[in-house]
Formats: sequence, structure tokens, C-alpha cells
Amino acid sequence: MNNSWRITNGRIIDPSTSTDRIGELLIIDGIIAAPDQAPPPGTPVIDAAGCWVVPGLTDMHVHLREPGEEYKEDILSGARAAAAGGFTGVACMPNTRPVNDCETVTTTILARAAGASVRVYPVGAVSKGGEGKQLAEFAALKTAGAVAVSDDGRPVHDAQLMRRALEYARDFGLIVISHSEEAALSRGVMHEGAMSTRLGLKGIPAAAESVMVYRELALAEWVGARVHIAHVSTEMSVDLIRRAKDRGVRVTAETAPHYFTLTDEALVDYDTNMKMNPPLRSAADREAIRRALADGTLDAIASDHAPHSILEKETVFDAAANGIIGLETVLPLTLAMVRAGLFDAKRLVELLAVYPAAILGLPAGTLQAGVAADVTIIDPDAEYVYSVDRVVSKSRNSPFLDWRLQGRAAWSMVGGEVRHRAGQG
Amino acid sequence: MAPGMDFTHRHILDMHQFAREDIDHILNTADSFKEISSRPIKKVPTLRGHTIINLFFEPSTRTRLSFEVAAKRMSADTFNISASTSSATKGETLIDTARNISAMHPDIIVLRHSSSGAPHLLSRHVNAAVINAGDGAHEHPSQGLLDLMTVKEHRGSLAGLKIAIIGDITHSRVARSNIEGFTTMGSEVFVYGPSTLIPHGIDNLGATVCTSLEQAVRDADVVMTLRIQRERQNDPLLPSLREYARYFGITSEVLSLARPDALIMHPGPVNRGVELTPDVADGARSVILDQVTNGVAVRMALLYLVMGNA
Repeated sequence: MNNSWRITNGRIIDPSTSTDRIGELLIIDGIIAAPDQAPPPGTPVIDAAGCWVVPGLTDMHVHLREPGEEYKEDILSGARAAAAGGFTGVACMPNTRPVNDCETVTTTILARAAGASVRVYPVGAVSKGGEGKQLAEFAALKTAGAVAVSDDGRPVHDAQLMRRALEYARDFGLIVISHSEEAALSRGVMHEGAMSTRLGLKGIPAAAESVMVYRELALAEWVGARVHIAHVSTEMSVDLIRRAKDRGVRVTAETAPHYFTLTDEALVDYDTNMKMNPPLRSAADREAIRRALADGTLDAIASDHAPHSILEKETVFDAAANGIIGLETVLPLTLAMVRAGLFDAKRLVELLAVYPAAILGLPAGTLQAGVAADVTIIDPDAEYVYSVDRVVSKSRNSPFLDWRLQGRAAWSMVGGEVRHRAGQG
Repeated sequence: MAPGMDFTHRHILDMHQFAREDIDHILNTADSFKEISSRPIKKVPTLRGHTIINLFFEPSTRTRLSFEVAAKRMSADTFNISASTSSATKGETLIDTARNISAMHPDIIVLRHSSSGAPHLLSRHVNAAVINAGDGAHEHPSQGLLDLMTVKEHRGSLAGLKIAIIGDITHSRVARSNIEGFTTMGSEVFVYGPSTLIPHGIDNLGATVCTSLEQAVRDADVVMTLRIQRERQNDPLLPSLREYARYFGITSEVLSLARPDALIMHPGPVNRGVELTPDVADGARSVILDQVTNGVAVRMALLYLVMGNA
């Protein structure tokens, strides 16, 4: 497959090299070329006029469901959805069946991912079986290719286990990703507030998240280790993270597009595609998340892509599974924030490409000469309806179905090879 | 009267869907049907040939019986399905059952379910009109309507009344339907109970949250009490029913703060000696049995009105 390109006339945005200019990006044999390098004769040209040419996006938080729940998604189908969404790399969470808590599972995932549309970075489990009792073998996981550890999907309930995980992960240069949730406060099915009261659904208070965020920050500060807070959804969590960063705690944090796009008002018809954990929060929480993306308190946007079939979703709200697909809607929903003036294009690239790669220590998120040419070409203006027949993921559980969206990935390239090209029109 | 005139609601899912005119229309219709139940031959041919399925996923004696009596007095054919639910399968059971039932072409499905929003889901999967007979902690609109009817009968109008609702607001679908219904009709609703049983944001539905039993009951036109449970699903709500009775229960002494002609209501079943002392529950001001009688009339009206709109 061809892996040399002249991408011309695009707006090249690369925060890692402080670049923001209209010009040409040259890729030779899958590697970003130096600006003064001459293109070999016959190098094919992509006219990127009107588009942004940025480092390939990394989604640091997805569930690919393989092994074990391939009827919802598999590594190849999830990677296709990722490429369609403009991503060139994804970090997949370990709550598969079996749980990715050992090198065998990590190796299996990577073997399956060899033919995938995007780079797949497995996240290993914090605890064996994800059961929150014994530490998983971090060193072996790292050696096999895991880029971080997490028991995502559920919290690490035992504070001592989390403390030890932070300490031990540090020894191997792994970051612990915390699903911050106090289980005893989380027996509900939606955000606790006026809307849960009206709908008669059991609530999960915002405090269920922030109580645990505070624990993780206190532990990370004490042991001097890095911690990453996944899917931040509340104003109080944002405040805690902001203060911890001011104190020098080595914390990074991500949120997901639904938390800066939707609120608990969206549950008014008991639509199970609005059900996820953490739940959609209040308007004040959404506003705080938006501000935190702009001011640097939050470092990354990740989809928390969580495919479920209609078996899990076409049911009463109480019984429906948590989670929504998101790989294909991250980019347009984040672009909406740029259009709303919340932050600029450079910040979008930081949130979707630079920091996710940096947090996980990946050799990505840059257009520096000499690196593998993982490149996303964003058409920020294309308008379309995200109808169910457009969905690339194997599952359809998106709260944004039939939304009119603006902006999409025109091209996604991994190592200079085209892995996605948007249909014309 | 032409069937369903002025009534535009295909399903009865909650009180939230009704404007004041809708409620007036339902109550007037119920009022005209009430007389049927006191005839020697308690049957009219209005819904002859119509099929009504009572689909109850939760145990219920009174509501199910009330709907069945209402349907039979209108000459409808009724069928009762009591399905058991386990938390793992309840959703699938509902959809699967609904599709099967729908294939038999019923006109109305009356649904009772332990999950809030179940009637909304059902209404998207069947052709029949769906009437919510209580869904989780969400709503119980026919109960709300029969309560409105009962109060209106005694007071003539619902405007400007003070309604005190005492007890477990958090887990009560009756509370939500009554807050929606009474505020829509121009009454003022005051709620009181231990803070563990007062949900966040209940004031957004139009209720005033009181800080004492006295504040709630003083000069009230109606004192409605709700059934209390000490604990639900490992959620410690109250130390004991004894303590609840002592500090939150309605005694004749507390009731003396209300208007002299205040009505005592309870959606049942009553924990005698807990929510109400027996003398209050059985006293002259209690309209608890009127509620039951009016329940049949309101349900006749609902069945009639949704059929008119089919």
C-alpha cells in the first residue's frame, strides 16, 4: 500500500512543534519528512484545502469487547470505527472476558490488532480478574505491550490496593487510570438531582465520583506517583483536580464528549442510549467540564466507546447496560466546542492527539520529521446527519443518532497508509 | 358525548403529560361514569368488543381489581397477566411479552412495572394504547387522578388548596403524580418527611419542602400520608418504624393543626400506627374508602377516553 504523500494546501496544526500554517506536509515511505526535503517524483498529492492536517488522534479510552463479547464489537470493527472517527490509535480497556490481566491476553489482543485499521494499545488490569483483590502482574503486562493499567468499568474499592498499584506501576513506568467511583453511593442508574426525582429513577450523586477522585489524588500525592482520572463528569472533580495540579500532584485527567455535550435532561424519555457510567450530569457540571477543557485542568478527550447490542439496551432503563459508542462522534462534538469559541483548533489537537499520546507515553501526537506518519486530515465544515446506516461500529448505541453534525475526518493515515477516507458529499 | 372529544392523548403515561383542561375533562368524564357503579345493573355497553390486557409485573390487588372492575362495567373483555420479574430478566420479559401480546391485537394494555419508564418503553413497541398503572418510583397517574377527584368532590374546587404530603416521597410514585396533578390544578403542595425520604429537586416539580410537621400540616385542606418502609435494598432509610411513628406520624393532635374540615388520605395499604394512628385512619375526616370508589370511576374514564382517541 502506498505510504508516500504530498498533503498540500491544508492548515497544518502541530502543537508539538508550535506549527500552525497553511502549507504542505510531505510523507515519504510512511515517515514525516523534513520541511526542506524534496518530494520524490510521482508522489501522489492530496489536496487538503479547507482542511486541518494534524497528528493522528489517539483515543485513550475505548472498549473493543474482544476477547469475549465479539457480538458487540471486535478489535477489527472497533478499529474501523476509530479510523472513521479520525483516530490512528486507541487504548483498549481490560474489562474483556477474560480480563486483560496477564501477558497472554495482552499478547492475544496485539496479535488480533496486527491487521487492524489503527494502532491498538492494550491497557492491563490493576487487579487479577479485575476483582480488586490482588495486583495483576504489571511488569509482565508492560513487557507484553500494555501501556497503562486500570480496572476501568469498576472502581478499585480497596484503598490499600490502589496505593500499592500506584507505587508498583511507577516502578515500570506505567500510569494507573482510575475509574473513580464510590460503589456504595453508586447504586443508581442516573445522575441524582431534579431529573432523577422527576423520572423516579435511582440517582448517583456527583459526590460518588468526587469522593473517589479525592482519594486517588491524596494517594498519588503521598506516594509521588502519576495517576490519570478517567471520564471526569462533575464540577467537584474538576475543582479537586485543578487544586491538586496547583499543588504539584502528578495527575492528568480526561473527559468524554457526552459530558460536555449532554445533561441529565436528555433522559426525559428514558432513552437507554443516554445511560452510561458516570451518568450524564447537571448543566452546571457540563459547564465546569467545558471550562476545564479550556483552562487545561482536563488534559484529554476520550470517547469511552462502550458498544452494547440491543440485547443490553432495548429494555427498561433500570436493566439496561451502561455505556455508549463514541469513536465516530468525538471529533464533530469537539469541533462544536471550537465553533462555540470555547477553545481553539490548537487546543483541540492537544486534547485529542498530543496529550493522550503523552499521558500513555506513546510515540505519537506529533508531526515532527522522522516519526511515523500517523496523520488525520480534518474537514471541519462538512455537515451530515449521523444516521444509523452511517455507523461503522458493530453496535448502534449512540445518543447522537440522527444528530446533524459538523466536521469529520476526511482522511486517517497510519504510517502513511490510508486507513479511512470520507465518502464524497 | 362523542367518545374522546377534546382528548388528544394516545397513552396515559404520567400526570406530567396533562394540562389543566385535560384533567378537568378526565374528572368530568369520571364524574359522569361514577353513577354507573351505584346502579343495580352495573354495566354499560360502551367498550363492548374491546380487549383490555392488565399486564402486571408487580403484585397489586387493589389497582388491578379497580382496573378490571372499571373495564367490565364498560363491557370490555379483560385479561389479566401477572408476570414475575427478576432483576436480570425483567427488561427482556417486558419487550418479549409486549410483542406477543401486541400480536393478539389488544386495544389497551394496562401496565404495572417495578421499573420507572417501563410504560414509555412499552408504548414504543405495541400498537395498543398504554395506561400506566404504576411504574417504579415514577408515577401512578390513575391514582393521582382519583385523588384529585376525591378532593374535588369534597371541596368543589382544587384551586388554592393546601395539600400536605407526608412520608416517603423518594420512593413514592403516588407522591409524584399528586404533586404534578395538584399543582397543575392550582393547589399548593407541601411535602414533609425525614430528609432520607425527601428527594433532591422535588421543589422543581412544584412542591414546597417543609422543615417541620407543623409547617406542613398547619391549615392544610388535605393531609396525605404515604406508606413507609424502614429499609430498601440495603439503603438504611430509618432507624425504626417506631421512631418514625413518633416524630412523623399523623395523630389527632397533629391533625388539629389542619383545617377543621381537612381530609385524610392514604393511597394504601396503611401501616396502622405508623403513618397514621388508627383513630385518624378510621376517623370522620378519612376519605380513604372514597378514594377506592373513585378509582373505579377514574379508570372507566381513562379507558373510555383513550379508546375514543384510538
